Amino acid sequence: MIGGFGVTGVPFTLIKALADRAVKNLTIIANSAGGRLPDIDITLLVKNSQVKKVIASYPVYSGRVSAFEERHLKGEIELEMVPQGTFAERMRAGGAGIPAFYTPTGAGTKLAEGKEIRIINGRECVLEYGLRADFALIKAYKADRMGNLVYHRAARNFNPVMATAAETTIAEVSEIVETGDLDPETIVTPAIYVDRIIKGKKHEIRFD
Amino acid sequence: MKSGLTRELICMRVAKEFHDGDYVNLGIGLPTQVSNFIPEDKNIVLHCENGMLGYGRIAREEEIDPELVNAGSEPVTLKPGACFTDSASVFGMIRGGHVNVTVLGAFEVSEKGDLANWLRSDRGVGSVGGSMDLVCGSKRIIVAMEHTTRDGKPRIVKKCSHPLTGKACVNLIVTDLAVIEVTPEGLVLKEVAPGITAEEVRKATGPVLLISPDLKEMEL
Repeated sequence: MIGGFGVTGVPFTLIKALADRAVKNLTIIANSAGGRLPDIDITLLVKNSQVKKVIASYPVYSGRVSAFEERHLKGEIELEMVPQGTFAERMRAGGAGIPAFYTPTGAGTKLAEGKEIRIINGRECVLEYGLRADFALIKAYKADRMGNLVYHRAARNFNPVMATAAETTIAEVSEIVETGDLDPETIVTPAIYVDRIIKGKKHEIRFD
Repeated sequence: MKSGLTRELICMRVAKEFHDGDYVNLGIGLPTQVSNFIPEDKNIVLHCENGMLGYGRIAREEEIDPELVNAGSEPVTLKPGACFTDSASVFGMIRGGHVNVTVLGAFEVSEKGDLANWLRSDRGVGSVGGSMDLVCGSKRIIVAMEHTTRDGKPRIVKKCSHPLTGKACVNLIVTDLAVIEVTPEGLVLKEVAPGITAEEVRKATGPVLLISPDLKEMEL
């Protein structure tokens, strides 16, 4: 799992570290498969031929062709497309020990093909399974030394949910503070979900 | 074909559909620009799939916070009372029926209000994003789009040629030429853009268009 929505809340330092390790056959669970900032985003892993499968809701952007799109259309990378709310809820469920759930989202569309359907309260619903990962690479604003995390603005997005749904969660943060320095009322991700923290590098975010 | 409204004017017309107290989601593309046309005195709360509730217009250069962006990754401003949640909670608001109005772009809308906006059959891969959650959870769906494709083919069609986002989910269509309501009786032309006739809208539309007895020129 790799956090982020568009160009915000993406753990760019951890993506680079993963690209440097060159481990292969990865399944990447992320909202997008990169392409907005191709020199630092998930495109790095794609170009490095490290990716076997992508599970995403927004894999490609309109008006630009990413390395992922090229390789997916050539049949080199498998894609599992999930509606964004179902994508988030599958990870929430995975992290909270809920094996599966029914949702009306996507019923009657191509994305529900082959899935179990049940009529609940008169409405067609799709069975979706909880989603877990071996690793979650997430981005937060501040961590204390225990691993409690707070976020900044829209960079929160999928990061807190992914933190709960992986065997090992690694958080890249902009600042590390002493334990006790974060107001307990404001902590978004409790340290119970966080295994490692690193202070990330600063990345220039372009909005082209 | 005479030219209709600019994209900005389409957004301005869409913004007139909101009522005080509405929670509104603006989809990627043309709809995100609607945030620039919501009158300051209207009490509208904009909801964004990235976990943001209560954002305002697109940010000016000096206001940019790289971590404060809308669904299309454009820097925006915040209004007083704004807050942030994670992705699971923000989609709970959608699925749970708490969002009153959603504005989406479209490739095609059918006469029954079916929406196709996530996968173009000719591209081979698309992005569904939050559109399926939004059409299933929002109380009202407005589509904002150009009336025809670049080569002049209708986008309002009898049956969608691209894979569907949702069946019979669109309530209102606002284009550069017209405002059209989806009703159980069929598509009803309610308003035409300044300088455009009902006949011209009919010609640019695939299925039969009923003309509202109250047909008027769009007020912007």
